[in-house]
Amino acid sequence: MSELRPPAPPKRHLLSISDLGREDVERILDTAVSLASSLDHEVKKLPTLRGRTVVNLFYESSTRTLSSFDLAAKRLSADTMSLRSSGSSVDKGESLKDTALTLAAYDPDVIVIRHPSAGAPQLVARVTDAHVVNAGDGKHQHPTQALLDLHTMREALGRVEGLQVAIVGDVLHSRVARSLVQALVLMGAHVVVVGPPTLLPPGIEALGCDVSTEVHSVEDADVIYVLRIQAERMGAGEAFIPSLREYTALFGITPERVRDGQVVMHPGPMNRGVEIDPRVADSGVSLIVDQVRAGLVVRMAVLYDLVANPEGRESSVPAAALEVA
Amino acid sequence: MLVAANGRSDSLVVEGRVLDPARGIDEALRITVTDGVVSSLEPGAPGRLVVAPAFVDPHVHLRTPGREDEETLRSGTEAAAAGGFCAILAMPNTDPVVDSAAVLGALLDQARSEALVPTGFLAAISKGQKGEELTEMAELAAGGAAAFSDDGRPVASAGLMRKALRYAKLTPLRLALHCEEPALSRGGHAHEGLVSAELGLGPYPSAAESLMVERDLALAALEERPIHLQHLSARESVVALDRALGEEVPVTAEVTPHHLVLTEDAVRSLDPNTKMNPPLRAADDRAALRDALRRGAISCVGTDHAPHARHEKEVPFEEAPFGVTGLETAFASLFTHLVLPGELTLETLLERMSSGPARAFGLDEPRIEVGARANLVVLDLDTEWTVSEAGFRSLSANSWLLGETLQGRVVKTVADGREVFAA
Repeated sequence: MSELRPPAPPKRHLLSISDLGREDVERILDTAVSLASSLDHEVKKLPTLRGRTVVNLFYESSTRTLSSFDLAAKRLSADTMSLRSSGSSVDKGESLKDTALTLAAYDPDVIVIRHPSAGAPQLVARVTDAHVVNAGDGKHQHPTQALLDLHTMREALGRVEGLQVAIVGDVLHSRVARSLVQALVLMGAHVVVVGPPTLLPPGIEALGCDVSTEVHSVEDADVIYVLRIQAERMGAGEAFIPSLREYTALFGITPERVRDGQVVMHPGPMNRGVEIDPRVADSGVSLIVDQVRAGLVVRMAVLYDLVANPEGRESSVPAAALEVA
Repeated sequence: MLVAANGRSDSLVVEGRVLDPARGIDEALRITVTDGVVSSLEPGAPGRLVVAPAFVDPHVHLRTPGREDEETLRSGTEAAAAGGFCAILAMPNTDPVVDSAAVLGALLDQARSEALVPTGFLAAISKGQKGEELTEMAELAAGGAAAFSDDGRPVASAGLMRKALRYAKLTPLRLALHCEEPALSRGGHAHEGLVSAELGLGPYPSAAESLMVERDLALAALEERPIHLQHLSARESVVALDRALGEEVPVTAEVTPHHLVLTEDAVRSLDPNTKMNPPLRAADDRAALRDALRRGAISCVGTDHAPHARHEKEVPFEEAPFGVTGLETAFASLFTHLVLPGELTLETLLERMSSGPARAFGLDEPRIEVGARANLVVLDLDTEWTVSEAGFRSLSANSWLLGETLQGRVVKTVADGREVFAA
């Protein structure tokens, strides 16, 4: 190393899209592109995070997010450890603070956390020295989902800036929607959120999006982004909509509601036949499988950006980092 | 009835700019206290200190009985003394709830040996604060209850609320009301507005408060019984209060320092010490509260001092309990954030922290006059200090002001003729 290294840079976290600037998003997406090309090698592993430790701490069930973070860290040669709330000391009533301190004793470089309560990643960031990545907290934020969605749009449509995106469904309870609206607005896309009034939070327009309660508002969109309708929102006292049947009739994304040239996205898991018609989900306009694939490279890019590129200066990955292990 | 541990009555002299807004005093005086009674007021040197009638807090949680790890009668009243208070009123949402003469009597006995500052105890409106059956209000009043409240919870049933107002006619006591419509606030963690929409926090709309304020004002008018509205937070509640005052409904109201200083923007930090019930609201709500306090429609500052154990606040925002401490920071926070920027005069602040709450609850007003029991606070308005956990007398440190530098300090408190705090 011939260059002088600057003093230890401040630790950075990925807690919310609102912490990011446009150049941060561009750098992470460019990094994801570089990493994606490296994955075409036969040996799909890079030495970048060798000797580093990534802990996945999941207090909610997850298929896509947990598996892709775990694989992303492994592809970068990090040691990984995944803890779920069931089967751990959380079952015995251990507090989040104590669990975080216990894990911090192993000096992890990154703690990836999913938690049902907003503010959990902030607590972990306060009590440990690790870089903290929010993998979903309550109805608050899911920033890596928004980044992978941006990557997917960029790959499929060539750009994000200037795109028209309609986000349809249960915006009120969706951390995906909040993160994605912020990220799209930051990158210069035009967003409309669409759904029944009881599932649209009052004040959401302050994020810079339009609001509509008419499904025909999706007609002008380049991208129709469908949100999951959660059955638990239908329970007694929590009846935000009168029935799934009426929801599907009014807002379900059917082939008739998708015009030529539009693409359809969904963060998963889907309720086929409720918010999205299977004929749409399985058609050529669906980018749903692309989103899952993007999850891996974007989460690699996020880990790389926090740990291997802590100053956040370089716009892409140096060639040396991309040589296979 | 206010009680405190039997102490000596002190003799002392304080001197400075004496401000007793309710009696129109603003001059440099030397106050002599002999055996706990103001014995003379003579011209004195102005100096840098302000002497005023000590403060009265109509809304404190002392967590005793049940959660003495969070606050005891001793620690809570030491905190009150350090905050310049000569009298405080404690809420009955303890474990067990103060809903019987037996629990109340035991608490009064304990206060007679532990309380540093005269303390009154409210009794519950409903048994167990469950909102189902009335407490034995007549016996509780005879046993020394200071007022009635189900604070911490609303009286959800309009029918029970009306019965409580009617039945309380057997007593001289008034009802202090926590106004919250649970069907609208359920699942709420933050004001329904821009910040809750952006952060995805469960929304707690202003209407959850103002709807109950309107209901309770209608019932107070119907029964012609005085009510006190606790910790108002919403502009719509102030509108309803103003209308009721215009119609001469017998109502008083309080506001907390945190609702006067902060807005929902503070919640963006997701710091559990910005989580309280009612929640921090929008800038126009705060402006309406400040205006109402200035005009006197809201006649009291109440801290809603709500101690919580550290481990209960060191959790994700949405899991944290509501409430913050306030006894030791109330004056300095309002002097710094309202008086210094010119939003409120010092005289008005002093009146709303002393005479206002005393009148609302029928307590003796702290007053600076010869022959009166000495209830004095001495203030240094120039000194800056930084709020830190180490400085608290309270057993809890869940302050919304941790780390903040404030101007204005309590340097001495005299409560019922006894010096209870000296910096």
